[in-house]
Amino acid sequence: MNKLARIAAATAAAVTLGVSAAQATEITFYYPIAVGGPITKIVDGYVEAFQKKHPDITVKPVYTGSYQDSIVKAMTAAKAGNAPDVAVLLSTDMFTLIDNELIEPIDKLATADADKNWIKAFYPAFMENSQAQGHTWGIPFQRSTIVQYWNKDAFKAAGLDPDKAPKTWDEMVAFGKKLTKKDGSGHVSQWGVEIPSSGFPYWLFQALTTQNGAILANQDGTKVAYNDPKVVEAAQFFADLSMKDEVMPKGIIDWGTTPKDFFEGKTAIMWTTTGNLTNVRKNAKFAFGVGAMPSKMRGGSPTGGGNIYIFKTADKAKQAAAVELARFLTTPELAADWGIATGYVATRADAWETPAMKKYAEEFPPAIVARDQLKEAVAELSTHDNQRVTKALNDALQAILTGAKQAKPALDQAQAEATRLLIGYQKQN
Amino acid sequence: MAAQNNNRLNIHVQGWLLALPAVVLLAAFTYIPAIKTVFDSLFATPLGTKPAPFVGLAQYRTLSADPIFWRALHNNLVFALITVPLAVGCALGMALWVNGKVRGRAALRLAFFTPTILPMVAAANIWLFFYTQDYGLLNKIGRALGFASVNWLGDPATALPALMAVTVWKEAGFFMIFYLAALQQVPPDLYEAARMENAGRWQVFRRITWPLVMPTTLFVGINALINAFRVVDQVIAMTGGGPDNATTLLLFYIYQVAFSFWDLGYAAALSVVLLTALAAVALAQFFLLDRKIHYR
Repeated sequence: MNKLARIAAATAAAVTLGVSAAQATEITFYYPIAVGGPITKIVDGYVEAFQKKHPDITVKPVYTGSYQDSIVKAMTAAKAGNAPDVAVLLSTDMFTLIDNELIEPIDKLATADADKNWIKAFYPAFMENSQAQGHTWGIPFQRSTIVQYWNKDAFKAAGLDPDKAPKTWDEMVAFGKKLTKKDGSGHVSQWGVEIPSSGFPYWLFQALTTQNGAILANQDGTKVAYNDPKVVEAAQFFADLSMKDEVMPKGIIDWGTTPKDFFEGKTAIMWTTTGNLTNVRKNAKFAFGVGAMPSKMRGGSPTGGGNIYIFKTADKAKQAAAVELARFLTTPELAADWGIATGYVATRADAWETPAMKKYAEEFPPAIVARDQLKEAVAELSTHDNQRVTKALNDALQAILTGAKQAKPALDQAQAEATRLLIGYQKQN
Repeated sequence: MAAQNNNRLNIHVQGWLLALPAVVLLAAFTYIPAIKTVFDSLFATPLGTKPAPFVGLAQYRTLSADPIFWRALHNNLVFALITVPLAVGCALGMALWVNGKVRGRAALRLAFFTPTILPMVAAANIWLFFYTQDYGLLNKIGRALGFASVNWLGDPATALPALMAVTVWKEAGFFMIFYLAALQQVPPDLYEAARMENAGRWQVFRRITWPLVMPTTLFVGINALINAFRVVDQVIAMTGGGPDNATTLLLFYIYQVAFSFWDLGYAAALSVVLLTALAAVALAQFFLLDRKIHYR
């Protein structure tokens, strides 16, 4: 019904403007949703505003589920010769999309001076996951970093300063010991800290490796450093939090229920994405703080989230329309609006200068934490054959965290597996 | 003579026409894809638009050296060996119970059948809540009884059994319906005769009920076994195959290889292994067990 109405509206608009409907360029836009809230409505609103501005372009927005569902849909549609023209997909899917010859470098499509400035406008930390082989393949759209949330009431009860999150690894352990509450029978009613380890533990672990001064993969995505001594040390620290220091629950901590654990007072500190900010703001029944990651040799977090990709097509008009949509979706005003609505980090510095963003940041200072952390942020782990190379690390981490394997041999094995998978791509370059 | 021949031809044509919808559907969605899968498994997965190079049995050599495949196969065998007898046993037990004259029989039957109606993902989400560490239902009960809190899905030792419990809970009610139907087919005069002979309850079950519901047991057993190899929803919804592949089952691994890794050739080889295993199971059950089963 909605679609019909939209087609009718578009046709009517075209007729009044004296443009025949047959001349309108129609493009398909895939987008996923990874955070809570009425997101589809917001995206549909953006598309409508875009069409008003560009009556000669018709955009068909398609909500494609989670990130994982979206890449599956985009890849299968492309294999069937029916690829979307533009899509929001994980920034780490870049190499997969390049290797399958599905996407076009944006710097080849958008070559005007204004376009060069457009591509340069985004935070460099976000662009690290957009650039490879000398080209820019993705435009940052919904991006995040990891931050720590802490329960100020629990800090007060434990005799800690409620306004100070742990600044170093040592402080995190020391605070954690004070915050962990055990009853007479040894049962823990409140843990010091939770760092989720289900599903994609590599992402949260990458915060630890970054802080310990290691870089997990090279920019070309052809080499990883899973068994670097600093990485092994970070893995040992991760495991020690639960097994030696006993400030974190043992075994695998579920990503999805970690915010709930925080709301229920089961953990005093949690690590999760800034994308959860609005969720925490709505559901925490206590005073909470949002802080940058603690540091060891340095601070820092990997970035995360999704980029806009332009798909290959023989139809130049469609491609130009797709680039136009990408430009529209990443203007400072829109980046600000999207950040406020979702909790993602507005992707460019000038977005933070817009009146709407200034007002939001003033009312809700935690929103700035993730942006300020970008100075120390690194690219999210992304390589050729990304999911498989990442899985090797995920499996190793889960084996270490559950005590099935020691850190060093587990990571040696992951490194061997990743090297085997990447060797073909190394020769290529 | 000619008319008779014509008639016979007509019957053949008619027969084929009647079977046609089924033949077309089975061919389009079962046989052709199955054959194509075998064919695809002999090719490597190409990148981009390049054609797929023929690699012969290389995918199968990779497979025999792939520790995650062996882990998945092992997990799946354990999963089948434990869930099938448990689900079938529970189903029979429940059927015997609600077949007798008990108070609130209708309510009981409904209660046993409810899990079947729920979509698997909804059921998995309910169980996620049961299994949650510390404040999940199971841990709350356990703690009231003085046990330590267990991270059911986060510990490799308990994660697979936790998934098995969900599966048994979900399937037993469905199989119960078949047993219930079978029990009502058992002629009452046999039970009367047994009563006159003063046979004990166990003897009645052993000599009358069990042999007479055997066809149902075969049917249910095959279905349960096939289902055990088709498990994928609960894995995706509850553990994502973790921790460290402790809950990776074959079908889930195939999905991962095909749609996360995009290694379609290797996924095809894995599928062939799964298909072969299932076909072997079905054949073995039909030929070996069939002889021992009493169809009247």
